Amino acid sequence: MEYYLVVSTFMMFAGIYGFFTRRNLLAMLISVELILNSVDINFAVFNRYLFPNELEGFFFALFAIGVSAAETAVAIAIIINIYRNIRNIQVKNLNEMKN
Amino acid sequence: MDLIAILHMHAELSLTAVFILMFLLDLFLPTPQRHRLRPMACILLALQLLANLWPEEVIAFGGMYHSTPIASVLKSVLTVGTLLVFLQADTWLQREDTRYKQGEFYLLTLSTLLGMFFMISAGHFLLFFLGLELATVPMACLVTFDKYKGHSAEAGAKFILSALFSSGIFLYGISMIYGTTGTLYFDDIPSRLVGTPLQILALVFFFSGLAFKLSLVPFHLWTADTYQGAPTTVSAYLSVISKGAAAFALMAVLTKVFGPMAGQWSQMLCLVIVTTITIANLFAIRQNNLKRFMAFSSISQAGYILLAVLAGTPQGMASLVYYIIVYIAANLAVFGVINAIEQHTHGQIEREDYNGLYRTNPKLTMVMTLALFSLAGIPPFAGFFSKFFVFMAAFHSGYYLIVFIALVNTIISLYYYLLIVKAMFIQPNEQPIGHFRTTVPMRISLLVCVAGILVLGILSGVYQLLNDMSLL
Repeated sequence: MEYYLVVSTFMMFAGIYGFFTRRNLLAMLISVELILNSVDINFAVFNRYLFPNELEGFFFALFAIGVSAAETAVAIAIIINIYRNIRNIQVKNLNEMKN
Repeated sequence: MDLIAILHMHAELSLTAVFILMFLLDLFLPTPQRHRLRPMACILLALQLLANLWPEEVIAFGGMYHSTPIASVLKSVLTVGTLLVFLQADTWLQREDTRYKQGEFYLLTLSTLLGMFFMISAGHFLLFFLGLELATVPMACLVTFDKYKGHSAEAGAKFILSALFSSGIFLYGISMIYGTTGTLYFDDIPSRLVGTPLQILALVFFFSGLAFKLSLVPFHLWTADTYQGAPTTVSAYLSVISKGAAAFALMAVLTKVFGPMAGQWSQMLCLVIVTTITIANLFAIRQNNLKRFMAFSSISQAGYILLAVLAGTPQGMASLVYYIIVYIAANLAVFGVINAIEQHTHGQIEREDYNGLYRTNPKLTMVMTLALFSLAGIPPFAGFFSKFFVFMAAFHSGYYLIVFIALVNTIISLYYYLLIVKAMFIQPNEQPIGHFRTTVPMRISLLVCVAGILVLGILSGVYQLLNDMSLL
């Protein structure tokens, strides 16, 4: 069980690191997906090893996968819209608004 | 399980019915009739409000759905706020570039409202999470509604990425809770919480996920850009309705689920409240763009709302809902005026543009002044009483230092709210914004807001009623 948790924790923090260092919107989105997937692993592992007689964790993981797919679809639609507007999806070009 | 249980969730069911009706109308209404969409939406939502006005306690699906009387009061309040936003959206939705998609605005707004309903009456983390996401994902679409404008698209990208990130963090916290307690029902978790380091970590992750939605410092970085870039109506909706729902949900979960760990989260909240109020106030002074300014103002207001959460008592819950009601009235009035002027002048929202507004548009100026006074908490208006009750709730729980810091900050906030009042009344201007009449729906909504600001504080029955509700 510990090995699975090490993997999921590593994925989580790799995702956070990627979210803060990547300068491309799609790469940031992929990093966030890493975080969401690490959560799914967590739920499945906890359910399988600690509470094998229930299904709550598996169900939560299923719902989390579905919701994150919906979120990703919206995020990609917004990124495509930005690409159409400025022909670019680098974060440094998203600085139109300043004080 | 009997299927009658589903009928107990009549607030959500009737809102879903409104949603489906609006969807069918949007689909089948012929183009010449499309201007009827707004009145239809308002009437349907008003009917929904009237049908669910009676607050009651509902438990369904074995505790997965649990609506308390105070939660159903908050649902009615959020519905009224959404109605006001619908009334204000009119001019913007009738523009050439948005007219063809006006139906979508109502659909997306109604679905976020439905998500908030589920979020505030959840009794299980799964329903809570689904409600939170249903309130967030369509909101991202609303923020990018003016999709050919670079600002709106940019605001949407910032909003959706930070929302995704925050829900990732939030889910990670929930998975830790599941791992240590073995259940996700709100009723079962408290007895298994003992405050192990892993559970404290889970609490911190969960709290930071919700703090993103509430835009507390240090999770506030998306707020200013999103509010500035989003269409003004959407910023108004985002700043009051979604913030109010998130604050209520945070309080419900912290007191109900994390009750045994109150010692841990109250320290965390103290720190967050002090930084939120202070930093947001200091940044608000520097802003010239009024929408950006209102973003920072709403961050600091969220800090005040958190004082009620910190109290953690039924009195705190009553003062939180009261604060949200008053905040909705005042903030929607300010955003309504900003919206009217922006639509009339094609996008003037700098503070300098408001110089000398009193000479040309005295009524709008008065509305704006009243609302700003209420936000700052000047005595005869409702804002004073809401701040007073929140402070009292925190004071009764013994947080003297935090209340003192918050009091000092209200004085700082008075300075920047008065800067706008000064611009409108005193600053001379060669070419002020010309005189104009706002549309009838906008006038109705501003009238309701002003009535709320003037009356809510004086009618002591309102707070008394909320207090009784929260004790039930």
